[in-house]
Amino acid sequence: MAQGHFILREREYEAFMAVLRKLLADSYAKIVFLVDKDGSLLASAGDTAEFDTTSLASLAAGNIAATGGLANLIGEKEFSILFHEGERDNMHLSVVGDRLILVVVFDRRSSVGLVRLRVRRSSEELAKILAVVHEKAAAGEGVIEELTEADIESLFK
Amino acid sequence: MSFINYSSREINCKIVYYGPGLCGKTTNLQYIYRRMTPDARGKMISLATETERTLFFDFLPLSLGEVRGFKTRFHLYTVPGQVFYDASRRLILRGVDGVVFCADSQLTRVDANVESMENLRVNLREQGYNPEQLPLVLQYNKRDLPGVASVAELHALLNRRNVPEFESSATTGIGIFETLKAIIKLILIDLKKGGR
Repeated sequence: MAQGHFILREREYEAFMAVLRKLLADSYAKIVFLVDKDGSLLASAGDTAEFDTTSLASLAAGNIAATGGLANLIGEKEFSILFHEGERDNMHLSVVGDRLILVVVFDRRSSVGLVRLRVRRSSEELAKILAVVHEKAAAGEGVIEELTEADIESLFK
Repeated sequence: MSFINYSSREINCKIVYYGPGLCGKTTNLQYIYRRMTPDARGKMISLATETERTLFFDFLPLSLGEVRGFKTRFHLYTVPGQVFYDASRRLILRGVDGVVFCADSQLTRVDANVESMENLRVNLREQGYNPEQLPLVLQYNKRDLPGVASVAELHALLNRRNVPEFESSATTGIGIFETLKAIIKLILIDLKKGGR
């Protein structure tokens, strides 16, 4: 995936958010977030204030990348679902549309079965939105054209 | 691959510090972390062994202000430099927007630098990048130590593309921000061009 940029427009962002909010409510999760496989946070829902979402996104991507490497070693394409069980909170990670990672953090108010069920449904909807993002990127929409040398230089003043 | 979010008006870019083991990649990030104001940097994460050798990666997120109404965020990563961690290095290069190649200037590490640069080129190709085009900056680190190769020698061995190069000492901070600034500039110029 070395071509172009990943560009998320307002409409698709809102569509992602709507799916995440529904997933949060339906799965009784604490937070849900959507991460790019490169480690950037795209969107999140729930009580995110108590979490360092930037670090979470980076480590989730690292986690999926590392287990993907393990999968390749045994002849699998990837392990598309990961589940981490803690004493209090648990984490469910799944790959969406080969490009995104959906992360759900939940406690004993929910269960892994319920989360897995809701994630499956949400993933289908997220994949459809992702397809629209890709279509718009292919059509060449939205690259920042007006960036000048002076703009770049202003960052360092 | 930069991530541009029009909804939150953010540009996210990924910078990877590459180079042989013990060349000072983690020390670069530690220095940047110490010198940035808390509002401009996030938490630094180091996935290291008990002896503080990088096992998977270090991660440091930076926010550098706005261009054209877009907040700019740079995610700095290091790779594990030791030869046998090659699988991890390949994973960390995924989605990279620019590379800082950190060379160890000591004469005893000349071969390790050359090997690591070749490894970078192979791994970039494997991830679908053209190693001749990706934004790249060279840093000749440990200039403060005795027994170092000359900059001309290092240039001849490592800087085939004639990209910007800087002398540095990551422990004292010399050349660290100059290197960072140079790679950020190259990435943003590349962004302006519309990517690779």
